[in-house]
Amino acid sequence: MSAVHEHDDRSFELLERAFRELLIEKGVLSQAEVDERVELMYSRTPALGARVVARAWFDSEFKARLLADGSAAVRELGIDVGTLKLVVIENTPEVHNLVVCTLCSCYPRMLLGMPPDWYKSIAYRARAVREPRAVLAEFGVEPEPGTTIRVHDSTADMRYLVLPRRPAGTENLSEADCAALVTRDAMIGAG
Amino acid sequence: MPSSMPATSTRKTAATVPEAAARFSTGDAVRVANGAVFGHVRTPQYVRGKIGTVERICGRFRAPEELSRGKYDGAQRALYRVRFLQVEVWPDYHGDPSDTLDVEIYEHWLEPVRTKR
Repeated sequence: MSAVHEHDDRSFELLERAFRELLIEKGVLSQAEVDERVELMYSRTPALGARVVARAWFDSEFKARLLADGSAAVRELGIDVGTLKLVVIENTPEVHNLVVCTLCSCYPRMLLGMPPDWYKSIAYRARAVREPRAVLAEFGVEPEPGTTIRVHDSTADMRYLVLPRRPAGTENLSEADCAALVTRDAMIGAG
Repeated sequence: MPSSMPATSTRKTAATVPEAAARFSTGDAVRVANGAVFGHVRTPQYVRGKIGTVERICGRFRAPEELSRGKYDGAQRALYRVRFLQVEVWPDYHGDPSDTLDVEIYEHWLEPVRTKR
C-alpha cells in the first residue's frame, strides 16, 4: 500500500480521520492527547539537531559519547527526545553518510522536526539506496574521489542523525554561531 | 493514555541488551532470509538473500510482523545493523566499490554464513 501512494492522495487523510475518531469514540485516547502530540511534533525544528552538532564540534568528549549512544548524549543537553533510539554517524574526509527510510518516512522528528517532502518522496526513497552518488550530486554534494558513501536505511527502530564535518574557516566562531550554519539537509547527509 | 493501549508500550520497553544475548556478534557474516512473507515486514526486498556483516547490535524489540497483527506480548528479538557492500546488493552499481548500505534487520530474518568473506 505505502509503496505506491503519493502524498496528494486524500484517501489516507480520510483513513487517519476515521481511525482517530474511532479511537476517541472507544475511549482509547482523547482529541486533546492527539493535539498535544501534534503540537509537540511541530514544536521541534532542525535548530535542536544543529545545537547537538555544534556541541560535538566543540567538545570531543561529548562527540565520543554522542557516537557511542546518541540518545543518552542528546539528553545530556537537556533535550527531551522521548523514546528515540538515536544513532549518530560522523562524516569524515573518508566517509560521507546519507540517511533514507525506504519503507516509509522514519526520521528523528524529536530532534529535527518534520521531514522535508522530498525525504518522503518515492523517488528519493528508491534512488538514495540505488544510486546515492547521483542523488547527492543533485543536492550539490560531490564527495572527493575515493570517498566511501554509506547509506543508512532506517528500516526499524533506530533513527539517524548525520554529524557533518565542521566547515573550514569557522575556527573563530562561537558554538552558537556554528550551530546557525548547520542545515537540516546536512544532518540527513544531503547538504 | 490508558495502559490498555498496548501500542504505546512496545517501543518504550525496548532495552539495550548485552551482546551475549544476541545470536550474532559484530563482524559476523550473515545472510538475509529470502522467503515470501505476507503482511507487514520491515526487511526491505532489495536485501533479501544478500550477505552482509553485522555492524552493531541495536537492542531487543518486538517483531513488526507480530505487532502489525496486534500481538504486543511477543518475544523481543535482537535487532542488528547489517552492512552490505553496494556492489553486492546491486550488480550494476555505479560508484566506489567501498560504498555500503546499512540496514536494520531483526534476528529472525538472519542466518549465519559459514565462510567469512
